[in-house]
Amino acid sequence: MQAAIALEKLEFGWAKDQPLLNIESLTVMRGERLFLQGASGSGKSTLLNLIGGVLEPNAGAIHLMDVSLQALSKTQRDAFRADHIGFVFQMFNLLPYLNVLENVTLPCGFSTTRRDKAVLRDGSVDDSARRLLDHLELGGALLRRPVTDLSMGQQQRVAVARALIGSPEILIADEPTSALDVGNRDRFLQLLVQECEAEETTLMFVSHDPTLHDHFDRVVDLHGLNRSGGDA
Amino acid sequence: MILLRLTARSLWHRRSTALLTLLTIGVSVMLLLGVEKVRTETRNSFANTLSGTDLIVGARSGQIQLLLYSIFRMGDATSNISWQSYELVKNHKNVAWTVPISVGDSHRGYRVLGTTEGYFDHYRYGNRHPLSFDDGRRFESLYDVVLGAEVAKKLGYTLGSRIVVAHGIGNASFSKHDDKPFRVVGILNRTGTPVDRTVHLSLQALEAIHIDWKAGVKIPGQAVSAEEAAAKELKPKQITAFLVGMKSKVATFHLQRSINNYRKEPMLAILPGVALQQLWDMVGIAEKALMLVSAIVVMAGLVGMLTVILTSLNERRRELAILRSVGARAWQILLLLTLESALLTVLGVGLGIILLYAGIGLSQSFLETQVGVFVPLTALNVYQWKLLGLVVVCGTLVGLIPGYRAYRYSVADGLTIRI
Ligand SMILES: Nc1ncnc2c1ncn2[C@@H]1O[C@H](COP(=O)(O)OP(=O)(O)OP(=O)(O)O)[C@@H](O)[C@H]1O
Ligand SMILES: [Mg+2]
Repeated sequence: MQAAIALEKLEFGWAKDQPLLNIESLTVMRGERLFLQGASGSGKSTLLNLIGGVLEPNAGAIHLMDVSLQALSKTQRDAFRADHIGFVFQMFNLLPYLNVLENVTLPCGFSTTRRDKAVLRDGSVDDSARRLLDHLELGGALLRRPVTDLSMGQQQRVAVARALIGSPEILIADEPTSALDVGNRDRFLQLLVQECEAEETTLMFVSHDPTLHDHFDRVVDLHGLNRSGGDA
Repeated sequence: MILLRLTARSLWHRRSTALLTLLTIGVSVMLLLGVEKVRTETRNSFANTLSGTDLIVGARSGQIQLLLYSIFRMGDATSNISWQSYELVKNHKNVAWTVPISVGDSHRGYRVLGTTEGYFDHYRYGNRHPLSFDDGRRFESLYDVVLGAEVAKKLGYTLGSRIVVAHGIGNASFSKHDDKPFRVVGILNRTGTPVDRTVHLSLQALEAIHIDWKAGVKIPGQAVSAEEAAAKELKPKQITAFLVGMKSKVATFHLQRSINNYRKEPMLAILPGVALQQLWDMVGIAEKALMLVSAIVVMAGLVGMLTVILTSLNERRRELAILRSVGARAWQILLLLTLESALLTVLGVGLGIILLYAGIGLSQSFLETQVGVFVPLTALNVYQWKLLGLVVVCGTLVGLIPGYRAYRYSVADGLTIRI
């Protein structure tokens, strides 16, 4: 099986003499669902920014689908991220001035690869968005509603649909459930996992909530992984 | 293009503040265009005041002073020139025609001009337009007057109206030539020149009303009635200035030189085109200052826009991180914010144009009657379009400031959404 994400001897610190991350190696296989946990301030979000190509490591290598991020220029990394990674964040992921459908199709405006994939799969970008929203139990009248009318749980599901449109290989979720209540949280995870499975998407899920472990193939603790030990 | 769509949607979302910004820019652009348009029109009407005259001759003074009192009915003649000197030039072999002019009296704030019938034959304005009558005819008998269009309209005179000429200029002149009333026999068509504001009568009439005057006051006990005056032989001894038309243009400079060097009487002959240009250059300074002020107002409008966008930027940091996470490049963030300013400026300019034409439409008659400038509803000229282009360029450049700020934010924040 091919690796979707491969980190090697990765070192990063915000300040020169304060290493935050020092990871010997971490490999996430394609289609794998990884749960990354760690205390607040341990550098989880920082790691996701490194994988997203927004931050550059001080040393070491990051490979995504066998492409070395270090070999790419800043703009090429931005393009690579647009083509291959979908993101879901803690809350307020959506642009308030676009309706539900427009929010979901947004990545296709920045990546022709994802647009082409969506069109190939469903005939049009809008149809692709409709299918995903439908699977995530959002549909009908909601599509043209302003996103500010939606509940928090609905907003997070819209964000998932947006992260999945155009079938990126990797979905990165940074504490997407922390703003949801328990019932909503499980339902959200079920739908998320189900869609990732259907799309064969590699899922990297960050959270402090250990009750969610069951949904994942593998659980990794950043403390165990990180020789710098975060800010602890 | 996705960025343009996002900018438009984002602006629509913030439409109440965007509208205010738009209004600020629109009003400032309207002001700029308005000043520029009025400037163009004044310059045109200025250059069109007199045409077809080759020389203006008066007593020796400044070139502009002569132009002002002979053509623009402004200021005073320092001294007159003698009828003999006038006749000398008039009979010169290269001179085709001359029109003598005498000024110094007024009627209810409007200047009175004594002249000959030749005035109606030879005075030209604009593209060599002759004067034409709206109603009536030229003056024929001694106490006839011909009114400019504005005089008749403002004072409500029609053919047959009786008017009295006041001695001296200025509205509140106490000494009136009320013993010799005049009758309106003709009203000229509108010309857009000082002719519209002039009361025309014959040189003989001027002689008649001053027959019992000396040095600005009535000679006591020597009153001469209107009929008695008419019976006398009225020969003008002096005039203020005269217009000259040449048989051959080539001889103009030669004649000008001889007049200026004439020994017996100090006289000045000027080329109207040159003097008009010089006068315009002087007036133009004020116009330029006005343009500068409106340019600064536009700048203020753009700075206002800058403030609004920069203020909004903090609240929109999240939006920028979201855009980055869905694939926007850092430079696209810069472009997005710059586009916002550009779009606002373009819309503001559009609004400014609409406001300008609405404004002209509403104030056209006021400007014409009160200020004396007719501003037509014509299309914008190349210079005005260039000016608007410059505003858009400035607005876009101003947009680079929030653009760069947003770029810095999005590089610093990466995908991390900060609240
Ligand atoms: N832009 C930044 N500049 C400097 N330091 C930063 C920056 N972003 C994060 N840090 C620091 O890096 C450390 C790790 O932050 P990070 O956001 O990665 O933690 P986290 O594990 O995601 O925490 P949480 O669970 O609370 O989200 C923290 O000490 C934080 O203060
Ligand atoms: Mg975090």
